Amino acid sequence: MSRYEQRVLANGPIMLYYPACGVTLRIAGTLETRMKSLNTYRAGPDEKGHFGIYGGRYVAETLMPLILEVERAYDAAKEDPNFAAEKAHYFRQYIGRPSPLYFAERLTRELGGAKIYLKREDLNHTGAHKINSCIGQALLARRMGKRRIIAETGAGQHGVATATVCALFGIPCVVYMGAVDIARQAPNVYRMKMLGAEVRPATSGSATLKDAMNEALRDWVSNVESTYYLIGTTAGPHPYPVMVRDFQSVIGEEVREQMQEAEGRLPDSLIACIGGGSNAMGLFHPFLDDRNVRIIAVEAAGEGVETGKHAASLTAGKPGVLHGNRTYLLQDGDGQIEEAHSVSAGLDYPGIGPEHAWLHDIGRVEYVSVTDREALEAFHLCTRLEGIIPALESAHAVAQLVKIAGDLGRDHLAVLNMSGRGDKDLDMVANLTGDGP
Amino acid sequence: MTGKRRIARRFDALQREGRGGLVAFVTAGDPDPATSAVILQGLPAAGADLIELGMPFSDPMADGPAIQQSSQRALKAGMTLRKTLDMVAAFRRRDDETPIVLMGYFNPIHAHGVEAFVSDAAAAGVDGLIIVDLPPEEPELVTPAQAAGLDFIFLTTPTTDDARLKTVLAQASGFVYYVSITGITGTRSASAGDVRIAVERLRRHTDLPVAVGFGIKTSVQAGEIANVADAAVVGSALVARVAANLDEQGRARPGATDAVLELVRDLAAGVAGARKRETVG
Repeated sequence: MSRYEQRVLANGPIMLYYPACGVTLRIAGTLETRMKSLNTYRAGPDEKGHFGIYGGRYVAETLMPLILEVERAYDAAKEDPNFAAEKAHYFRQYIGRPSPLYFAERLTRELGGAKIYLKREDLNHTGAHKINSCIGQALLARRMGKRRIIAETGAGQHGVATATVCALFGIPCVVYMGAVDIARQAPNVYRMKMLGAEVRPATSGSATLKDAMNEALRDWVSNVESTYYLIGTTAGPHPYPVMVRDFQSVIGEEVREQMQEAEGRLPDSLIACIGGGSNAMGLFHPFLDDRNVRIIAVEAAGEGVETGKHAASLTAGKPGVLHGNRTYLLQDGDGQIEEAHSVSAGLDYPGIGPEHAWLHDIGRVEYVSVTDREALEAFHLCTRLEGIIPALESAHAVAQLVKIAGDLGRDHLAVLNMSGRGDKDLDMVANLTGDGP
Repeated sequence: MTGKRRIARRFDALQREGRGGLVAFVTAGDPDPATSAVILQGLPAAGADLIELGMPFSDPMADGPAIQQSSQRALKAGMTLRKTLDMVAAFRRRDDETPIVLMGYFNPIHAHGVEAFVSDAAAAGVDGLIIVDLPPEEPELVTPAQAAGLDFIFLTTPTTDDARLKTVLAQASGFVYYVSITGITGTRSASAGDVRIAVERLRRHTDLPVAVGFGIKTSVQAGEIANVADAAVVGSALVARVAANLDEQGRARPGATDAVLELVRDLAAGVAGARKRETVG
């Protein structure tokens, strides 16, 4: 299902009209690049960081020169075999890559349909996929000669991963975290402090993840020379969405090889949870042009999309501009950003990465949502059947699989991104579930 | 409106008077729409040469605590973009001379619709726009705004090098806003000496007037800046004065509007008292 109307003029530009936000996009470039961009889902973004009408660089002028510098540095690093070798070294020796692709036999039998494989990002050092991009970006910051790293965090997972790589490379680290999140994620705050990071509370606005990102941007504007901003997801101004995607794409690249080894072919479907969208994009991107692979992303419906207390930006938001990019946002009619709600702090963000917004509009990826309750049930199911305690974020993907696996044939190969482990969520789960599950 | 636009006319007048101007920033709807309207109406008589009216936004990334809080107060009091435009229209019925520039972030405009916004803003009597998160790389509002007769004012900063300055100034109109520090509003202050060097650099690249802001809090500072630039912008100090005149429930105390306008008078005196500038370039 397509969200734009396309007009191709014989010798003129290709025009795409998006009724959802009344915007017309002109696809620039030569005929050749334009044809290429229409024949693949993997060509984006354009040179200005746009995926269709999404993405871009909506930042204050003070930051623009710096963001252009990050882009130049990243473009140079991509071409440098030393950078690739360094990254590969830390991926293998420090993170413990490749992460296994595990056949979940009991879960498969229980759901009675598709053959389920779990991509075990929960087994990475620090317990989630976040570390992949942190290693890549910290190596980049070091190449750029930056002496200080800042980050934002919601649940604390990205903050912990950032504090970890800063400890590894000996770089001073400041993590911004909403005051509300600091109160509800105490163990991660303690971990970050042990790792040598300074955790600064964001007290403005709703005092959660979006406000932590605002504070990090304010810090960056104030410390442009010394500081690298290590963004945790496939969002923010260009080049962050593409850079984080590239670092996370190791997930999908490994899955291609591992599935070939296990089953001798590609998977039939991919499932991942989505907040900002980095674990999902990391799994999906290498498969976007394999049109027979069905791709499903699962947003957090919180207490239910109809209640207004949710984090389902694509399901219930509309296009807007925040934190450096155009994308789908939870907002009111006046363009004020609304608070997101989810049992999972990692999905608790009112926006989504711009490439996901584009994939949503062109219909390549299916975006669905599951509630807190469904995620919690899936959390227990996975824990009991497989002895794997999923992060509440990843449990959203499990919940979607529970809904559909039975309808898929037994020869259907489904890959679920187990993006993180759930130890961090035990208090929350205990509070919600009571004494015994 | 005939001939030159209000912003150009006002800077021409300042040039004839041989002095720099005072740009007063307040947030529309702070602390509540009625009080805010009274402050706005009083600004010209108190000595504001130009008015920058903040459009409240839930996530003002480039602003320090004072303007963040003023934005929150306005939103809590029910302020919207539509009401901001209505407030400008009401102002215009009494004052057809003082330029008003709307300052804010893109998303409320995006939600309103770009085409509808520029025509509504022009109809209300808005003269220009400063949109913090629209650098020249994202030109979607510039062209329609200028077509509707609105000036588009770009920010330049200490990090804007000469090569970039050409890109920024290529689309600028009205005046150029020089952000004198690398930072957020209402925090550090730049020295007049640094600002002089920066303004001289800008003048080598543009004939547009240069207004300087961020970190100007006192009438002495305003005078020093107005002495080396075409105008000094004061914002955080004014909204902090609003905050200082609220009761425990956040309502404006009696005399709140006078307290704010008193500070504007003080700043205007500082600007007027500054040494008359030699005519520059």
